[in-house]
Amino acid sequence: MVDPALAPLAGSTPLVDVHAHFHHRGSGRADWQRVNAARLRAGERIGIRAHIASILGSWGHTSPTYFPSPADLTVGNDAMLALASEHPDRIRCYVSVNPNDTAHARDEIARCVERGAVGIKLAASRRADDALLDPIADEAARRGLPVLHHIWQHRTREWPGQEISDGADLGRLAHRHPRASFILAHIGGGGDWAHSCAAVREISNIYIDLSGSGVDRGMLDLAYASVGASRLLWGCDITMETGLAKLRALETVGLNEDELAEVRWRNAARIFPHNALPGIPTSGVAARRTDAHARVSQ
Amino acid sequence: MIDVNCLIGAYPFRELPHPAPDVLVRVLAREGLDGAWVGHLPTAFHRDVTAGNEALFAALEPHRALLEPVPAIRPGWPHWQLALANAHADGARAIRAYPVQWGMGAHDARLAALAQACAEIGLPLVLTTRFEDVRQRSALDSSSDLTGAHIRAIVRADPNARVIVTCAGRALIEESHWGLTPDERARLWWDISWIWGPPEDDLAHLLQTVGAERFLFGSAWPLRLAQSPIASLDLLPPELRPLFTAEVP
Repeated sequence: MVDPALAPLAGSTPLVDVHAHFHHRGSGRADWQRVNAARLRAGERIGIRAHIASILGSWGHTSPTYFPSPADLTVGNDAMLALASEHPDRIRCYVSVNPNDTAHARDEIARCVERGAVGIKLAASRRADDALLDPIADEAARRGLPVLHHIWQHRTREWPGQEISDGADLGRLAHRHPRASFILAHIGGGGDWAHSCAAVREISNIYIDLSGSGVDRGMLDLAYASVGASRLLWGCDITMETGLAKLRALETVGLNEDELAEVRWRNAARIFPHNALPGIPTSGVAARRTDAHARVSQ
Repeated sequence: MIDVNCLIGAYPFRELPHPAPDVLVRVLAREGLDGAWVGHLPTAFHRDVTAGNEALFAALEPHRALLEPVPAIRPGWPHWQLALANAHADGARAIRAYPVQWGMGAHDARLAALAQACAEIGLPLVLTTRFEDVRQRSALDSSSDLTGAHIRAIVRADPNARVIVTCAGRALIEESHWGLTPDERARLWWDISWIWGPPEDDLAHLLQTVGAERFLFGSAWPLRLAQSPIASLDLLPPELRPLFTAEVP
């Protein structure tokens, strides 16, 4: 019998965080190892089986977080791959790329996927519907990798430090690439989430990630009503207590056990490469994929 | 444990699910909370708070064993001192004020007068840092977040003023706390509704530096999930959790 004090706070059903971040020596903060350890420790307490994570270059230390230089991206991706190697039972990584450097982005995807990256992370270096994202989306579809795209929920104006995209921008990219899966990042990460829910409602290859520090009441209800449990993905981003809170709130929103499993891990198991996630069963989940989502690599 | 940061009523800029007192009572039971201090959300956006306060007292009347009213008093409005006295007589547990929504600067004499008046009758003053993240705020909601300058000035306005600030993050808490004398800090409390947990561990840091006795349980319900501050406490390092006793002033 498990000591209740040690039992995972979110229960023992598989749980995948599709939106995690780590830091590295070049991140410009002295406590980077403490923060990384804190994420793993909190993940253990919550019951997260897989942290799918990215590092955005130098996190602003030597080039901007949302406009990272090729050199910083390579260093960050290497650090992320090293963390995944160090914790093969817990961590998987996205390869982060800047679409303004097309050749580097393609090379980095190839290099990092060879070393185990399971998805592509796009931040805010170029608007989501820009043609420069097409070669990256093509690569994603060809390789069967989901694209996690940083989103500002309803872009009403430009914001400093980012070339920000919203759900409608991502929707245009997703329409052009129906064979790729896109993750709309952090519905709780700032901006008007109601706009995003409406903007992507009918775009079946966009999944909504529930992460972000925002815990507005009504947000989960609307996301669930808009796209259903089969297109929601659980995640934390930079605040893990809000991830745990939203997981608990999903039950009060009304998801049944099967739907909760979809959000906790099954949807992730479907859109990430087969057997890519540690401790996550893949049998039985692929059958639910639609043709529109079928990966060409399998 | 008492939730010192609850509201009832509609929010002008988006639909809130069931912001009603009977629902709040069920939420408290579900989350294992012993009661709540409750304000009236629409009143924050009214010029005259009178009708909102009347609605608050009426709505809470059937639930007074669990829900304690925290009406708003707008200093400078005609007869505000009488409104404060009446609220006190009617059993207000504390007083809410919304300086930035009312366009009052940090050193506005009306705020100092309110702090002094609340101190005189022994009621804590509750300030709200923000209702929503600035990134999603309606264009019609042009107020800024509450500033550290407001907080420091209000705490300093009277040696007996007791102030509770809700929905603040680490930066505002630290600039306010360390910008006050030890005596002043001892009259200032913070709710934990908007303080980050792991991996940054702001809550754990603040409990150790600012002091656990300075923090109260607050959720910002019905704007935010009541589950969030509970998750924050659940994820504290085990040695820190017992320090958080959330004893209300």
